[in-house]
Parts: sequence; structure tokens; C-alpha cells
Amino acid sequence: MSNGRFLVWLVLVPLIFPYKTCAAQTFGDTQLRFEFSGNVRGDYRYFPDDALYPGQHQAYFSALFQPEIYLEWNRGKQFMQFTGFVRLDQYDSERTHADIRELYWLTIFKNWELSVGVKKIFWGVTESNHLVDIINQADVLEGIDLEQKLGQLMIHVSWSLKWGAIDLFAMTYFRQMKFPGREGRLRPPFELDYANTTYESELEEYNPDLAIRWSHSFSAFDIGISHFYGTSRLPLFQTTNGITFSPHYELINQTGIDIQVISGSMLWKAEIIYRQSKRKTITAFTVGGEYTFNNLFYSGIDLGLILEYNFDDRGIESINSLDDDFFFGTRIAVNDRQSTDLLGGIIIDRENQTLRYFVEANRRLGDSWKISIEAVGFSNIDPSEFLYLIRNDSYAQISLAKYF
Amino acid sequence: MKTIVKITTIILLVLTVTAFTQTNTGLDIALEAEKVDNGWGSLSNKLTMTLTNRNGQETTRQIHGYFLEVEGDGDKAMTIFDTPKDVKGTASMTFTHKIGDDDQWLYLPSIKRVKRISSSNKSGPFMGSEFAFEDISSQEVEKYTYKYIAEEKANGEDCYKVGRYPVSKNSGYKRNIVWFNKSNYRIEKIEFYDRKDELLKTLTYSNYQQYLSKYWRASTMKMVNHQNGKETLLDFSEITFGIGLTDDDFSQNALKRAR
Repeated sequence: MSNGRFLVWLVLVPLIFPYKTCAAQTFGDTQLRFEFSGNVRGDYRYFPDDALYPGQHQAYFSALFQPEIYLEWNRGKQFMQFTGFVRLDQYDSERTHADIRELYWLTIFKNWELSVGVKKIFWGVTESNHLVDIINQADVLEGIDLEQKLGQLMIHVSWSLKWGAIDLFAMTYFRQMKFPGREGRLRPPFELDYANTTYESELEEYNPDLAIRWSHSFSAFDIGISHFYGTSRLPLFQTTNGITFSPHYELINQTGIDIQVISGSMLWKAEIIYRQSKRKTITAFTVGGEYTFNNLFYSGIDLGLILEYNFDDRGIESINSLDDDFFFGTRIAVNDRQSTDLLGGIIIDRENQTLRYFVEANRRLGDSWKISIEAVGFSNIDPSEFLYLIRNDSYAQISLAKYF
Repeated sequence: MKTIVKITTIILLVLTVTAFTQTNTGLDIALEAEKVDNGWGSLSNKLTMTLTNRNGQETTRQIHGYFLEVEGDGDKAMTIFDTPKDVKGTASMTFTHKIGDDDQWLYLPSIKRVKRISSSNKSGPFMGSEFAFEDISSQEVEKYTYKYIAEEKANGEDCYKVGRYPVSKNSGYKRNIVWFNKSNYRIEKIEFYDRKDELLKTLTYSNYQQYLSKYWRASTMKMVNHQNGKETLLDFSEITFGIGLTDDDFSQNALKRAR
């Protein structure tokens, strides 16, 4: 089936699925609860600037399908969660990809829980960068902001205690970071050879990665301290011929601290990491805050202002180039019945004034549709920045999603 | 002469004492309302929220929640959104405090992130409805000062009419007028006056049912906004007491797996 025909089929999915599939059902005494839900989305993305590399296009259609299955029994003390992910891109064969975001079984005992399977875990508090967040590999094909994550296979135990929560993770089956293919935008100029990826660990992608985290919410504070030992989620690139590059993944120890303090309408935030590998020791942090003007002039609108500063002593080696950058952002929630919202911001490098900006806005249409627009721009990109490779890839996107 | 003064003093004293016992102060009524509702423990419910705009167009949202009574402090609440479908699984957890700011977190299932929410947002709308956050949060006595007004009928019931004044500067109201049912202290009606002391909204409670032979809960709450002509109707169902919730059911982990 060609991508185009597949796309059409996918967009038809919500119309084919009967509405009853999302209803929770209880089957007599067995107390089984079953839910099927999810969404399907169509995206149109336009790049106004000329492509830098051969094979790239100006405009792309793509579709996204995210089904979810939730199965609960034993009065909610045990459940199974599945979240699938399928992206179909008009041109880019690498961006056309599928993933199991979640597929795990969880069981709850009084104040602790055990889960086994593929999960997504988020740690952290800041908005422009997620330094502390390390459990899952980023899905770079879905966004260079590293917000989207691939599922990670793990055993996860969590205790909720008076003095906070303790989480233990044992992970394996490492997921490589994948980049757009030859016909895709937002990619490096060189070809990536994933077949020749090398690892510091002799067990390669089967290295057992371990993590521990203590986190606590009390009065005005939310604090987390975490440690990770295992294969770094961020690749280094090596080449023998200067044309084809293959990723290399080091073993690292990373300690992270995230702190958030609330004071009225002000949220103060900080994340700091200390990472060691055989090759290098690095420190990075993000500090800042967010102030919200609630119910502005009794209009119901919330206006948030965000200011953050990012430091990373990896410098240009940091994959998102947030090495010495300020982030100014704003968040608007209209709080209307369509849940209209907007998030926008600029990131500017303190030294070379490299500038990137973004805006994203969402609005519900009717009860189960959602329209979104997104724009990402780059300007004045300094040749020393990793972003220089994608300097012509500013884009605007419009999306329509159906939830079921 | 001296005797007359003495007698007058005694009469005055007696009158004052009688007056005091007959007419409760507003605070006494609020305290009594809290007292008769003490000991409810924990409960769960389902809620259908219907928003109606000026042109009569309706939109509905489905929510369900879990609630825990906390001795000596405000209640704990977990609220989970079922529809609209794009926010399905979004959950909020609130620890109400008698004094000071409440603690509130929001869980966003798509990014698996728990976000701290500023509880100074009291006057903002809840999910695009005519209910402000302060209207739906746990109504602790300490959050207001009170002034008794009169006895008056509301919903056909004999009521104490009490003025209450929010302590928090972040409240969207100058005052509320609350009608407490004289026989069981349940609330029949509330009028909300904005910061300019103009009537903003009226909330009417109806279809009361008694649970565990003691606790009254309204099945229907109707909020009418007089200034913008919009209405929000809350229909509660499956109100279930005695479900044995504990603090463990209101942890960050519990928030993340709330369904």
C-alpha cells in the first residue's frame, strides 16, 4: 500500500470505529473494566525556506494514530495499559515510524506499586529544557524540542511514604535516537548508519540501566533527587569517511535535582544535573520561574509569563544547544468551553544571539475534534551551533485531530 | 430608685441572653452546618456538567471524583475528567487547608507530567463553566467571616439567611449570601456578589438525598450567571459513602494512575 493510500485509510479510522468502543464496561462479578480510546490526527507542515540538502521537500502531509487500551481488574488494584503510536509521513521513510509508547501491567499494594513493561516516565519542573528527565529516549522524529518520548522497557517499583516517594527502575533494551531520513527536513546533512551503532557497554542495547529517585511534595515545595546509571540517551557521532556517521552511546552516571517552590501566583523552578562518563564530566542547569495572572480583568483568561536560563558546560555538544540561553515564554489559557490555549516563546543564546522561537495554539471543535497550529522559527543561527544544520527549517503546521 | 435600676439591669440582661440564644450568629450557623456533616469519611461520585450559553446551546462534560475527610484540616479531593475526550484522564488533586493556600496538582496524561497549580487562582472558571474554582473547592468555615441576616424561605424551606465574606484577597467575590436549611443546616441557595457588590451568580441546590441516615448531598446544583446569561448545571450520580479511602489514595502515585 502506498503511503498516500495508507494515509487516507488512517484518517478514516475514527469514522469506522463504532462509538461504543470507548465505553467502560463491567462484566458481572469479574469487575473487569475495559476502555478503548485514542486519537487520529492529520498534519500539514510547510517550510517556507529553501531546502539545504538534496531530497528534501517544501511541504509535508502526515498522519498520526494513537490508540489506547486500558484493562482494569481486582477493583482497580491491577491494570494493564497500552498506548500505541503510528506516524505516517508523505515523503520521509524514517519519520514514518511506529512505537509502543506504553504496554505495562501495574499492581498496587497499600502504599507501593509494581509495574512491569514498557512505560513513559517524566521527571522535572522547568519548561524550556528537561535535563533531569532521563528514563525514556526522545522521539526526535516527532519534535526537536525532545518533548516526545519513546517507550522504555522496565521494572518499576514505587513506594509512597510519609517523607516522600521512592522509585526504583531496572531497565533494558535501549532505544536509539532516530533522526529524519533523506527526504525529511530538520535533519543533519550526513547519513546515519544505525546498523553500526557502537556502545561502551559490552552488552550493547541490553545493558541493564538502573535508576533511583526520591521525590516529595510538602507545603510550598516539590523536590526530587535522582540518580541514573546506564547507557546515555544522547548519542555521540563517529565517522570514518566523513559522509556516513554512526552513533556511539557511552555509559554514564547522572545525578539530578529538581526543585519547585510555589509562592502565590509565582512558581520558582530549578533543575541541575551532574553527569560523568569515562570521557567527560559535565554540569548543566536550568533556573527560572513562571508567574500567572489569573482571571485577567475577570475575563476568565490566565496569562502566564515564563523566564528561564539554561547553562550546559557541554557547550555546542549539547544536542538542543541550550548551553547559555535565555527562554522568554508566555502561556495563555482562555478557559472557554473550547479550552483555547496558546504557548509561545523565544530562546536566545546569550553569547551569539542565536534565536529560535515557537508558538503553539489549540482549540477544541465540537466535543471530540481539536485544531492546532504550531510554528517554529530559527534566525541569526551562529555557525557554531548544532542548530546551524537546520537553520533553513523554520516551519508552520496545522493539525486536525479526532478523539475517540 | 436603686431597686428600679437593679430590676431594669436584670431585665436587660435576661433580654440579651434570650436574644443571644434565640438568634445564632452567622458563624454559629456555619459551624453547626460543618458539625452536622462531620464524620462522613470518604466518598466517590460521578458528575455530568452541562454548560448552556446565552443562545441555549448545550455542551456536556463528564467528571468523576474521590473525596477524603481530614480531621482538623480541609478535605482531600481527586477529580478525573472523562470527557471531552481530548482531556480524558487529566486529573487534579487538591489538599484543602483551613488556613492558608490549598495545595493543588494537575496530572497531564499525554506527557505523564504532574504540574503544581497555583491555588491563588480562586476566581477563574472551572473547565469553561460558570463555577469558579472557589465555588467547587471544599467549603471550609475558616475561609469566610459571617454575618447573620434573617430567617427567610428558600426552595420552599425555612432557612437562615447568612452573609459570608471571603478572607482571601484572591476571591472574586465581595460577599455571598447563603441560605442554610433551618432543620438540617444543608445549603439551599447561594448568591454571589462580585467585587463591585453587584449580583453575579445564583447557585441553587436541589434533589437532596440523605446518605448513611445523616449526610445530605444535593444531586443537582444549578448556577446561573446574571451578568452574562450563561448557566451551568451539575448532575451528581453514584454518590457512594464509606468507600474506605485513606491518605494512600491521595499520593502523587495515586494521581498518576487515577482513572
